[in-house]
Amino acid sequence: MTIIPEPDVVRTPAPTAGPRDHSRSRRWTFVDFAPLAALVVLTIGFAIANPRFRTLTNLHNILDTAAVLAVVTVGTTFVLFMGAIDLSMEGIIGTGVMVGAILVANTRNDNNLGLAGMLAILVVGVAFGTLNGVILTKIRIPSLMATLGVSAIGLGIGTMLFAGNPISVTDPILVGLARTRWLGFTAVTYVALGAVIAGWLIQKYTRVGRYAYAIGGAEDVLRLSGVHLSRYKIYVFALAGLFYGLGALLLLAQLGSGVVQAGSGLNFSSIAAAVVGGTLLSGGRGGVLQSTIGVLVLAVLGNGLVLVGVSSYVQNAVLGVAVVVAVAATTWPIRRKLGVVK
Amino acid sequence: MNAPDADVVLAADGLVKRYPGTVALDGMSVTVRRHEILGLVGENGAGKSTLLKSFVGLVRPDHGRLLVRGAPVALRGVQHANALGIAMVYQEQSLVPNLTVAENILLGSEGRSVRGGWYRWKPLFAAAQRHLDRLQIDVDAAARTDTLTFAQRQMVEIAKAMAIEERTQAEPVILLDEPTSVLEAQEVERLFEHVRHLRERASVVFVSHRLDEVLALSDRVHVLRGGRSVAEVNPQQADVAELHSLLVGHASPDSHYHLEQQDDAVPTQRRLVVSGLATTTRTAVSFSAAPGEVVALAGVEGSGREAVARGIFGDAARTVTLTLDGKTVALRNPRRASRHGIGFVPAERRTDGMIAPLSVAENMSLSHVREFCRGPFVDVRAERKAVRRWVDRLGIKTPGLSTPIGALSGGNQQKVTLARWLLSPDLRVLVLDHPTRGLDVGAKSEVYRLIRDLAAQGCTVILIADTLEEAIAMSHRVLVLKDGEIRAEIPAPADHKPAPVDIVRAMV
Repeated sequence: MTIIPEPDVVRTPAPTAGPRDHSRSRRWTFVDFAPLAALVVLTIGFAIANPRFRTLTNLHNILDTAAVLAVVTVGTTFVLFMGAIDLSMEGIIGTGVMVGAILVANTRNDNNLGLAGMLAILVVGVAFGTLNGVILTKIRIPSLMATLGVSAIGLGIGTMLFAGNPISVTDPILVGLARTRWLGFTAVTYVALGAVIAGWLIQKYTRVGRYAYAIGGAEDVLRLSGVHLSRYKIYVFALAGLFYGLGALLLLAQLGSGVVQAGSGLNFSSIAAAVVGGTLLSGGRGGVLQSTIGVLVLAVLGNGLVLVGVSSYVQNAVLGVAVVVAVAATTWPIRRKLGVVK
Repeated sequence: MNAPDADVVLAADGLVKRYPGTVALDGMSVTVRRHEILGLVGENGAGKSTLLKSFVGLVRPDHGRLLVRGAPVALRGVQHANALGIAMVYQEQSLVPNLTVAENILLGSEGRSVRGGWYRWKPLFAAAQRHLDRLQIDVDAAARTDTLTFAQRQMVEIAKAMAIEERTQAEPVILLDEPTSVLEAQEVERLFEHVRHLRERASVVFVSHRLDEVLALSDRVHVLRGGRSVAEVNPQQADVAELHSLLVGHASPDSHYHLEQQDDAVPTQRRLVVSGLATTTRTAVSFSAAPGEVVALAGVEGSGREAVARGIFGDAARTVTLTLDGKTVALRNPRRASRHGIGFVPAERRTDGMIAPLSVAENMSLSHVREFCRGPFVDVRAERKAVRRWVDRLGIKTPGLSTPIGALSGGNQQKVTLARWLLSPDLRVLVLDHPTRGLDVGAKSEVYRLIRDLAAQGCTVILIADTLEEAIAMSHRVLVLKDGEIRAEIPAPADHKPAPVDIVRAMV
């Protein structure tokens, strides 16, 4: 029998006197700044490539187009925090836009609810968002499927309200949102800015925001700490719905008429924007401000590509590549740990 | 021993908990007194973690009583246990990494620092810092948890557990489940200081695989075996060896190991040469094994034996380089290992070893389905023929080859996962991680026979056994690991099996 002699100490002491850092410390890394860097590089690149890009009017354009996406993406970000996904924006916006168009002063009926009508759009958003959360937590259907279903429901209801005829809205306040300009920016852009700030405050200072973040970090720990998980999941989806509702309101203002397909493409763009901004699809990382950077990256990309003469067909492909690259870049350092990716 | 009952803050009285196929608690009786540190020791499956889980309401015992300060209670869950002043520091660290320390400490019971859903960060940080300061833990409550070291996180976990003090009238009972497994020696010392400090205000239950630590820290030690407490030990009067002999018990050598089949003449050639296989970032092991040899890896949890087993199968963070029959092979992933004729049966059969909804046939052919493929198509008939052969030869009891494997008994499931590698046209090394875990005696015996047959056919078997006894009985050689290194190499020929105590000495 050969027993290898055991050293006197039970365990090798740490070589340094101070506490050794085993943890993968979460410090600021390049990846955290990459979205901002991408935004700067793209902006400079397009500014050099095309003089029309670097005009003040174009800045107004970019921000006005980014506004709705920014609002919707704030909502999406909270869902992504949890490691869940939300694909219901198009449907929620579809119903929201139609409900708004019918309730405010319009060309179809005699309704003239004004602000109450606009508030109804937000209520529609919250209601659908809550529905998402309830389906997820009570019927236990994964968020991917639950929200896709809710989106279809929303589009269906919207189409019913649409009834084959577009409705123009004439409510002065609503239409004014997209026409009134201060310092060259429309009111829509300011509302979006307010929404982003509100989102950031919710993320930082409310229990819903913090718990959404924590659910993505370690859901089991919260459960073992006695946190009412399903309640907070429903709150988060309802909150997201509120932002989609606001997005619907702004879209209605911009379009001036009720169109069911108003939110078309937002499912992809908002998730793409959040991801490009550095929000991890598996949850627990990112933030409202990061997502907003992502929105700006996509907006600059879209605007710049048009100005340098890339056709809108190719643009979508470029957008797709940008998203894949962004996801790869954010998950590259931890790709070994991600294990099976489904 | 005859302490007045008033001193008992927490007691398990004849707890019984059965799971399908196993008995986790079998009349477990343990008492925790005021202001004491109670050590719990036991091998895997002795019932330690089930006992702890029933103390915090995660497991509901089938029979028996749980008494909290003399009153019988049926715990409804963690919250209920917390309300009664019982909190657990979990083995796998249970902090939310992307939150601040303060949020973690007060998670779910933020009290007045969150008003109407809005966080008031200053009071929150102050409240958490108060908890930390009281335990003299040098951590900033505002720090993000994932910037802390493991040792610091462990302290934060204790602070989190102790935070229930404010919510209950009584002094808390803190359960520490393997708190030292990831700590360095000096960090362990610091943790112990904290725990001793804690004793003035709380009772502590301390569970560890490290017997020396248990003896050093505890006021009293319960030795658990087979789901019950078999001895109560005074640490002042016991040493590690004594504790361990109590731990292992006096199991009689069983005939079901098929010792008569153990081939003593192990060839001198080397089938597998492992050199410098990393077990942790700082440690590595080297050894070799002959064709037909069964090498058992012994060691406590965290000794690195799992890392060795998975490493040989190429399931490691880095590419593993081995010498196989004189040829150097680089195993970047398990697929490579499988191509080279290395097989692996993981410990967690239900999650890692099989795909429950798939059929017996699909599960068995999983790794070698290429053998039955014609172009892109699976030749189902050839597959079934091969599977049928092994089902017959191993006597796998299944209603049919298309039956989902989840419907089979544990023993038959395990035979299917083993047969997966027998389908290999060129199986050279089979790594078995707890191949008999959760099986009844009869099924165990059949798995042992299969291992003997494989060895007789010249396959090298690397075995992590369920018990020390199994390791000794089944192997030609026992490698004893500790702290990621091989501490002893003990031959175990059929006619001269080593005594468990010799191996234990190197293990602890």
